[in-house]
Amino acid sequence: MKKIINNPEQVVTEMLEGVVKAHPDYVTCIPDKHVLVRKNLTKKVTLVSGGGSGHEPSHGGYVGKGMLDAAVAGEVFTSPTPDQVFEAIKAIDQGKGVLMVIKNYTGDILNFEMAGEMAEAEGIETASVVVNDDVAVEDSLYTTGRRGIAGTVLIHKIAGAAAEKGMELAEVKRVAEKVIANVRSMGMSLTPCTIPAAGKPGFDLAEDEMEIGLGIHGEPGTHREKIADAASIVKQLTDKILGDMKLASGDEVALMINGLGGTPLMELYIANNEVRKILDPLGIKIAKTLVGNFMTSIEMAGFSVTILKLDDEIKELLNAPADTPAFKQV
Amino acid sequence: MGSAQSLKRIIDAIGDAIIENKEYLTDLDRPIGDSDHGFNMAKGFSVVKQKLPDMDNESVENLLKTVAMALISTVGGASGPLYGTAFLQASKVMKGKDEIGREDVVAIFEEATQGVAKRGKSHQGEKTMLDALIPATETLKAEIAAGAPLAEAFEKAAQSALEGVEYTKTIIATKGRASYLGERSIGHQDPGATSSYIIIDTVAKALSGG
Repeated sequence: MKKIINNPEQVVTEMLEGVVKAHPDYVTCIPDKHVLVRKNLTKKVTLVSGGGSGHEPSHGGYVGKGMLDAAVAGEVFTSPTPDQVFEAIKAIDQGKGVLMVIKNYTGDILNFEMAGEMAEAEGIETASVVVNDDVAVEDSLYTTGRRGIAGTVLIHKIAGAAAEKGMELAEVKRVAEKVIANVRSMGMSLTPCTIPAAGKPGFDLAEDEMEIGLGIHGEPGTHREKIADAASIVKQLTDKILGDMKLASGDEVALMINGLGGTPLMELYIANNEVRKILDPLGIKIAKTLVGNFMTSIEMAGFSVTILKLDDEIKELLNAPADTPAFKQV
Repeated sequence: MGSAQSLKRIIDAIGDAIIENKEYLTDLDRPIGDSDHGFNMAKGFSVVKQKLPDMDNESVENLLKTVAMALISTVGGASGPLYGTAFLQASKVMKGKDEIGREDVVAIFEEATQGVAKRGKSHQGEKTMLDALIPATETLKAEIAAGAPLAEAFEKAAQSALEGVEYTKTIIATKGRASYLGERSIGHQDPGATSSYIIIDTVAKALSGG
């Protein structure tokens, strides 16, 4: 393992200290709780998200105007605990209720649920939405359901804008659920990643192999195959996404090409170019394109494609201003 | 099991066993989970062990509650809330009681197991902790009803838990992160069932004076 770290047990604490020092105008940190809280909270419905660390800039990078009000950082790839989430809820509640944006993992759901129960006991109103955009995973009775991956950032953006606009908790939740119903993602990887405390990669991949449909925690994907060119990789991911959503000529979408941490922008832009070669001939209009590292998997090489079908409401909220360390839009 | 003092010794022994098996549990989690079960459980039980020396005059209820809160606030993942819920339910059984009687042991395991099932919205056969906990609880109940000495009842319960762990190798995971693997989860032993077995086995060994 080659990493720029000190003590592997301290990576989250030291990272958050670094974040606060880099973005003192945006966030403060609740000591010992690993919670980044937005500076200058305003009276509105507030949003909290979080999960395991290792997905930077998710979620702390999205704390700021028009997106999240707090982000809770668990250990690397481990859900934060209920007391951490509860501290975040208490810190941001403005009496208008708190929306928890949870990615669909058993641990995240259990810990956020318990935090919600603790908040309720204190008289703080909470609601939650569970993001499950990953089409690689079968959504059936026989699995925990689809995982939440890069599409989550779009929920932060759009639900965050809804809250900023002054919508009530139930309305913000409705908007978030509409986005969840209309967003699909799928990813692939070229290399595994190494959790600092584990010291060795979560899985092995041969030099000429790639893993299709893996999650953002290095969980194995749906299958493994020989590495292919960008056009065929993108086609495989995009076809699976399009097979799962109804898109017709003239429909408007937002497109996100998300790097997993170890893939250069050059390759992400090549991937974007390939996605367009598929979507453009279908008459699908791209209203917004996001290319970059939004939801990473430590140093994993690979990427995911996310497509969000837009309507007028979602489009307006997506285009609303946002000012956070990792996402700025005027 | 008896007094708060002997429960304290058993909890300490459970902590040692989990910490000893940190790498093993993490290795089991690597192919079907996210490679953190051993680390997180060891972290939680280290905190539990640190708290024990200051708990000399605590009731059984408070001891179990302290374990629960320590696990809930330090373990993370799914294991923290699930094991935390198990110990929390156990503490409720012991509310206002000084000694753990034979029938309390059964009630503790029944409530803890039901708590896990409810919190995780799961049942037996889904390749989880419950595949060790449920058969162990059933055996414990039957053995105690039949008048077996406590140490012997726990030995049999640990055996049932171990059979449950073996059973998890043969089934598809339908709950938790391993469920994403579908059929590829067959052949792998569930880390959560394994840590549950380790806990029950440690109780058995502690009771038999081992």
